Amino acid sequence: MTVNTSRRGFLQTAAAASAVLVLGVRPDGVLASGTAETTMLTPFIRIGADGRVTAIVKHFETGQGPATGLTTLIAEELGVTMEQIGYDFAPSDPQVYNNLMFGAFQGTGGSTAMANSFMQYRQAGAAARELLIAAAAQEWGADPSVLMIEDGVVSGAGKSAPIGDFVAIAATLDAPADPRLKDAAEFKLIGNAQVRRKDTPPKINGTAKFAMDMQLDNQMVVVIARAPRMGATVTSFDDSDALRITGFIRAATLPNKAGVAVYAEHTWAALQARDALDVQWDISNAESRSSDQIRDQLISAVNADPEYAITATSRDETAAKIDGAAQILEETFYFPLLAHAPMEPLTCTIEPLADGGIILHDGAQTPTGPHMALSQILQLPMEKIQIKTMFAGGSFGRRSTPTADYQVEAGLAFAMTDRSRAVKLVWSREDDIRGGYYRPAVAHKVRVGLDSAGEITGWDHRIAAQSIMKGTPFEGAFVQDGVDFSSVEGAADTPYQIPGRFVGLSDVAKATTVLWWRSVGHSHTAFVMETMLDIAARAAGRDPVAFRLALLEGGGSDQARLAGVLKLAADKGNWGKSDPGRSQGIAVHKSFGSFAAQVAEISRDEDGNVKIEKVTCAIDCGLAVNPDVIRAQMEGGIGYGIGHVMRDEITLTDGEVDQSNFPDYEPLRIGDIASIEVHIVSSAEAPTGVGEPGTPPSAPALANAIAVSGPRITHLPMTSGDVGFI
Amino acid sequence: MTISLNLNGQTHRVTAEPGTPLLWVIRDELKLTGTKFGCGVAACGACTVHLDGEPVRACQTNIEDVEGAEITTIEGLSSRAAAAVQTAWAELDVVQCGYCQSGQIMSATGLLSENARPTVEDIDEYMNGNACRCATYQRIRAAILRASEIMEA
Ligand code: FES
Ligand code: FES
Repeated sequence: MTVNTSRRGFLQTAAAASAVLVLGVRPDGVLASGTAETTMLTPFIRIGADGRVTAIVKHFETGQGPATGLTTLIAEELGVTMEQIGYDFAPSDPQVYNNLMFGAFQGTGGSTAMANSFMQYRQAGAAARELLIAAAAQEWGADPSVLMIEDGVVSGAGKSAPIGDFVAIAATLDAPADPRLKDAAEFKLIGNAQVRRKDTPPKINGTAKFAMDMQLDNQMVVVIARAPRMGATVTSFDDSDALRITGFIRAATLPNKAGVAVYAEHTWAALQARDALDVQWDISNAESRSSDQIRDQLISAVNADPEYAITATSRDETAAKIDGAAQILEETFYFPLLAHAPMEPLTCTIEPLADGGIILHDGAQTPTGPHMALSQILQLPMEKIQIKTMFAGGSFGRRSTPTADYQVEAGLAFAMTDRSRAVKLVWSREDDIRGGYYRPAVAHKVRVGLDSAGEITGWDHRIAAQSIMKGTPFEGAFVQDGVDFSSVEGAADTPYQIPGRFVGLSDVAKATTVLWWRSVGHSHTAFVMETMLDIAARAAGRDPVAFRLALLEGGGSDQARLAGVLKLAADKGNWGKSDPGRSQGIAVHKSFGSFAAQVAEISRDEDGNVKIEKVTCAIDCGLAVNPDVIRAQMEGGIGYGIGHVMRDEITLTDGEVDQSNFPDYEPLRIGDIASIEVHIVSSAEAPTGVGEPGTPPSAPALANAIAVSGPRITHLPMTSGDVGFI
Repeated sequence: MTISLNLNGQTHRVTAEPGTPLLWVIRDELKLTGTKFGCGVAACGACTVHLDGEPVRACQTNIEDVEGAEITTIEGLSSRAAAAVQTAWAELDVVQCGYCQSGQIMSATGLLSENARPTVEDIDEYMNGNACRCATYQRIRAAILRASEIMEA
């Protein structure tokens, strides 16, 4: 650390009142500090002369807690309280605010927000602490090693003063290359369950601004009249009835002919004008299949030879091991298309600026995608496009598509105007449910051999899926040797040490656009793995927990951590000791670097309808930064998983989506799960994901509980078979 | 038509076509955006406001039917029950994405104004129409019980 003495005198006198210390990482990866005017820096922390600290959060906030988590990291290392720190969402800049796991791409997904930010944000906080201490040491003529910062106050050498007093000097110093991070024993905020969410206050008094809440003075609202089937195109439209609606401005066919943009002064006029529009569609190239056909196609694919072999063990070797077994267990599974249905329908607003540039106001999950897409559509250089990230009302994957679909729609609608007025694109719930970005439909077929002692001899696992990544810009990164790993994750790489295991994959043509959906491939592979193991355990006459533990014994760290959560969930969930009239099921799964196990406990009414009494969850996500946020994510992840397998599916009839809104895509309701209890494994490992890992084990735990006293569920949703819920 | 709306204790003159849902007048005309659009068909509760103290779905309430009624949105909540609900919501950090939460709080306040000591069954029944896609239900239930405690204290 060097002192820039030439500027010091000036700053002390002139800049103290307006000084700002910014801490960030230069594009070359080196920690850097300076004043806000220093344009080479893009900060993770801003500290004003009033001592107010602002964390610049590079991830969007849709409930999973990064605004709290990343703020906690900085507050901890810097030495301020959670009340002394605020946060802003970062602007779009993939060079600086990229997700360290995504390359030069800014975005949130794959449960990576904490995992990729943990060291980066702590380092920024620690560097700020060292700079402020160095500045105080200079000012006081003290030895920096005796100074400390606590609760926003620098103290030591018999003096103390708030950090704001040293911001001006600190801004002239070079950031330390390698600041000392606190030891876990020094943590006051990391791991503290009393830390409250930073986004609670505005979300309980109506002041939180979501993208849907944009109300610019000059905005038009645009809704799109959409094709009734995927791939249909507009041939013509008649707007004579729409013209009678007050507030309707005009309608225009999108350049890609995918729909008609309806412009109006406000949302209600736009929705009504869309209803009044008469659109003629060319359906000659549109999807015309029904979901029954898609299901049959997927199921016949798992009964045929797989296109790709994923495992080293060949299917002939596996077949030989199964064919001679004492018992052979075989099941076919089917998972329907699912909509994400985030609570806030999709929306974004393009605001024109006087210099010809624009601001995109968006609950931007992956800003880099729409940033590049809008640059192309509007023929604007990247730097003329700003993205303002607003709160997002849920995503579950939907706000990030390889095509930046809804931002592109807004861009096309804006481009068809004279660009003098802002354009706010609004999706209705019907647009969302029928919108054609779904969790893929998937089939699995598993054959398992058991010897006379009940040990597994071989495991033949075939998956047929609609590939998420193929045909998208992500194909290069995620598809290897033809295999879209997101179709087989959680099965191909299971930590269970299962002998003689073959995994094969076949791709089946997409009926609709498909997309990652909370926990991606794990949303089906965990169900199949954990159901089959349950079937095998029961066929072997063994306890399902003991049976699983035996397959994890003597392995490495993954196996030990999986066994750890399994035992914890079994213990806390009173495994094997449920009240009379209740039954239990268990499941455990690794996803996104985290390990989650759940015990589901159900009862039944006199007609056999199921009531979900309790889900007990154990989670090992490494060091628990915000324990209460982790608990909330498990609660939410469990609810999301269970809500959908209970009763939701998207079906098609002759290429048209049958569902349209919540009455026929019924969300989980408050009475559906009577209680959820979460236990967090104490761990010093690096933090891993929490947004998604709660979801995969929830459905199979429930299915396994139901199977104890009812049918074995292999086709989803559960209510499409013999299961009813109270 | 022009209607006079009594909203959050203030009178507003608004012009809207008959049949316009109260939701869109609140959001697009009065620019009070705490009341949310989630489904438009009374199936999610995100748009819940109070009409003479009773929770209703603003997406299915026509503007011509509310003239003269006292309308309260999340921005205008001020009752004792509301304060208890918001305190409990903060204590328990109920929110995740937050988009449904104005509606949840409006309904929870409606419940506690009618029934200051609800059971879990009362809560599950009363709150059934308020969907939360983030599934914050465990905390909603606990926060309503906590708010009931706060009101008693
Ligand atoms: S928007 Fe009114 S109930 Fe859903
Ligand atoms: S908090 Fe996200 S929908 Fe309820």
